[in-house]
Amino acid sequence: MDSMILTLILLAPLAGAILVALLPDRSKLPAWLALISTLVTFGLALHLPAHYDAAHPGFQFVVNKPWIENPAIFYHVGVDGLSLWLVVLVGLLGPIGVLASWKAIQRREKVYYSLFLVQQTAMLGVFISLDLMVYYGFWELSLVPMAILIAMYGRKNGPAAATKFFLFTFIPSAPLLVAILYLYSRTGSFQFPDLRTDIAVGAVPAGALFWVALAFLFAFAVKVPVFPLHGWLADTFSEAPVAMAMVVAGKLGLYSMLRFHVGLFPVQAHNIAPLLIALGVIGILYGACLALVQRDYWRFLAFAAMSHLGLITVGVYGFTLTGWTGATYQILNNELIDAALFVLLGALEIRYATSQIAAYGGLANRVPRLATLFVIVSLAMIGLPMLNGFIGEFLILSSTFTISHSWAIAATVGVILSAAYMLWMIQRVFYGTESKLAAESPATDLRLSEQLVLWPIAVLLLIMGVAPNLWLRTIETAPKPIVLQQARSADQPAVTSVPMEVQR
Amino acid sequence: MNSIPDIYRILPEVILTITGVLVMLIDASLAPLTSRRTLGWFATIGTGVAYLASVWQLSLPMGTGYSGTVETSPFTVFFHVLICGIVIVTLLLSLDALPEDSHHQGEYYALMVFGAVGMCLLTAATELLVVFIGLEISSISTYILAGYRKQTGKGPEAAIKYFLLGSFATAFLLYGIAMVFGATGTTSIYDIARQAATAQNQLLVEGALAMMLVGILFKVSAAPFHVWTPDVYEGAPSPVVALMSTGPKAAAFAFLLRLLYEMFPHLRHLWSPVLWVVAVLSMTIGNLAALRQQNVKRMLAYSAIAHAGYLLAAFAGFGSTGIAAATFYTAAYAAMNVGIFALVTIAGGYNDERPLIADYKGLIYRSPLLGSLIIFFLISLIGIPFTGGFFGKFYSFTAAVGGGAVILAVIGLLNSGLAAAYYLRLAFAVAQRPDEEDRAVRTPIAPIGLGIITALALATIATLALGIVPGGALHAAETGAHTLQPSPAPASVPAEVTVIQTTP
Repeated sequence: MDSMILTLILLAPLAGAILVALLPDRSKLPAWLALISTLVTFGLALHLPAHYDAAHPGFQFVVNKPWIENPAIFYHVGVDGLSLWLVVLVGLLGPIGVLASWKAIQRREKVYYSLFLVQQTAMLGVFISLDLMVYYGFWELSLVPMAILIAMYGRKNGPAAATKFFLFTFIPSAPLLVAILYLYSRTGSFQFPDLRTDIAVGAVPAGALFWVALAFLFAFAVKVPVFPLHGWLADTFSEAPVAMAMVVAGKLGLYSMLRFHVGLFPVQAHNIAPLLIALGVIGILYGACLALVQRDYWRFLAFAAMSHLGLITVGVYGFTLTGWTGATYQILNNELIDAALFVLLGALEIRYATSQIAAYGGLANRVPRLATLFVIVSLAMIGLPMLNGFIGEFLILSSTFTISHSWAIAATVGVILSAAYMLWMIQRVFYGTESKLAAESPATDLRLSEQLVLWPIAVLLLIMGVAPNLWLRTIETAPKPIVLQQARSADQPAVTSVPMEVQR
Repeated sequence: MNSIPDIYRILPEVILTITGVLVMLIDASLAPLTSRRTLGWFATIGTGVAYLASVWQLSLPMGTGYSGTVETSPFTVFFHVLICGIVIVTLLLSLDALPEDSHHQGEYYALMVFGAVGMCLLTAATELLVVFIGLEISSISTYILAGYRKQTGKGPEAAIKYFLLGSFATAFLLYGIAMVFGATGTTSIYDIARQAATAQNQLLVEGALAMMLVGILFKVSAAPFHVWTPDVYEGAPSPVVALMSTGPKAAAFAFLLRLLYEMFPHLRHLWSPVLWVVAVLSMTIGNLAALRQQNVKRMLAYSAIAHAGYLLAAFAGFGSTGIAAATFYTAAYAAMNVGIFALVTIAGGYNDERPLIADYKGLIYRSPLLGSLIIFFLISLIGIPFTGGFFGKFYSFTAAVGGGAVILAVIGLLNSGLAAAYYLRLAFAVAQRPDEEDRAVRTPIAPIGLGIITALALATIATLALGIVPGGALHAAETGAHTLQPSPAPASVPAEVTVIQTTP
């Protein structure tokens, strides 16, 4: 079972996609099939934390089989402390996404749900692949369903937003491919563990490594997105179907940074870390300021997300164990919070058919449950103690303080700003005088299917806030690249050190 | 000498010729107004038998027949199988696409089969005069087919343009043959390969190479010999374009490989830079021009020019790597291009009733199957992993990098980013929600028949198979590549040569 589980997790949504594509597009059949398939995937994904052996860190549930002889590409999958919970997260976002789409998607459900499931497969593939070509395959594949669905269901100008999204992420992956091919030509392997060793012992010339690492970083930074590469984000958030938008930003890029940029090129990543920390902090403040002035709540959410992703970037490039753990944990928090916000705002859009913040006001009396949940999720996002956002932000900020007080203070200002824009948003939408829209259109409160999604998330936010050790215990077993604190104090690059999988 | 009857060496060609002649004769004896569909099925089955005969040829010991004029080797079998496959798919497509009342249907099927004879002969020939005969058989069939829609103005225009320019290019080829005969006193490819390097008049040999290159580069529509392509593709019926953008091209590339790697390897220092330039020109001109097209067939014509460029990049690779990459690319390109033109035939209408990208708007809402498949083939043309297009480009650029042409690979990959922009324009038009007043919504799409379904299924399976399990096709391409390099002595090659182990 342990050797099959990852393959099963990968195949479950794919099988669902094929089934949805083959069976007729009759009433809610595609949606039910997708729901069953995502629930199965989630169930299978839960097998991982249940059987993960925290005492023996490193890759587990590994499968390594030759796929293509020449060039030597292996179907090599496995998870460790870093990717374990991300796989579970994708599994959880599956049913959430299907339920969020239940009412929102009324036309061409077959195409929609099969692409949705392909997207899920691609994301799972990204998190479990340990062969760079397989990883690259899933990475590219993840663009396609997203782009098509943006074009199909765009609110105003879908095709333009879809093209922007696709080109923004497709073009940087061309240098990534060249870099991967170059590594292969030097080492003869696409496999992550081999490459990590080969690079550490100097099999690749340092001059070339700089460019290779930069190509990796560039592709990942666009995907996160890191300031100033965020051009696609707001359009994608405002055009994509709710269930797709909630998965597009953040985790793929940040995970790839941790695994393949910091993990493969610790020296180069450490050298460029000050730049990334600076860009991260700029992103926090820039995103927060722009979020304050948005009129459309999807764009508001885009910049709010960018601000929070900036904080995680700072955590990744702080090069401390606390920072890495916090960053990994915060990826989970962020995705859950974003998913909940997307579902809530999507529910508002279904009811009132607008995403203009100014059109709302005084909704708390009309839709009390929706308002309550929105407040809970917002508080988690702000980082209120007892809720999960606090843990991640605290770990990241405390790690940043050990590196640089000024950057840490600037980042903290961003956290304060996030409270400002979230609370102001709540005030404008749910409280204050009742707007014309709220008064005229009678709206029902959250339906059962929506509550079925949101209450579990709200509970999870709380559990993750009070008992973070349930998660941190496994996250801390993530293999850490060379610990560079000593190198930093001695102020010389640790070129010669062999990677040690240091445990905390 | 070998004890195999010479006829076995050209068995597929013989079967195809008999099929073609029978189709022509039966057509003449049928009453004028009866349906010719049965003839189409007959032609398809005949081509299928030729396909099997080609595969059977693998069991023959490699060698030449008819006094060293034709050869059977894994290389020729690869191309025979490919060409027969293309012709089968286009015949199936034509069965449903040709209007029931169109005149000369029997001729149409016969010409397709005769075209296949020419293409097959071209790949099997080891004697320049047979090469010329093969090229002419295939060209003349396609000239006639290109003008098959005589009632429209564009049909005859396309045919005449193609014919005049094509004959001109063939004249170059013939002139080259004459020159190489003058320099070496022979027209046998293997004899030339042995004598060309030591021929007294090297200038004559170099001139011959230049002339023959012009002739062949025209046939594969590489820049700067590409100007005929968009006009001809636009004027010719779509099923014919499906054939002529793939079949004759594959055959011409097969001969180009023989010409460069087998006949004139000692002139590599001359032809390699020339092809470098031609590859860059083809990619760049093709993609830039395609960006501006509104007509789907013209856009795909320019994209075909760009793909010729990607393929020529493989010629920068040394020896069998380059040959194998180029061979693989012809197969991958054929699979996806036949597929997309099959879809254009249905979606655009046989008489090009809906020629513009704007006419494809919302296709996925009207016909999910057609829409999804168009997007699928476009994704393959872009070169997204898990499709044939990705591995085609991957091997081609890997060969180029291996041959030291890193800049060429970088230009190529940037070009594929550029290409994504126009492929996506069509893909997203297909995915876009249609406006109610769109012209496209009003024109109904013809029902999809059994022939087209089979054709599409074959093309889709081939494209997917080349993208997910490319090992088999690549192995075949590599085995074929080894039979070209190093040049074996004619007619005395032991059977073991056919099973040379491929190197990783």
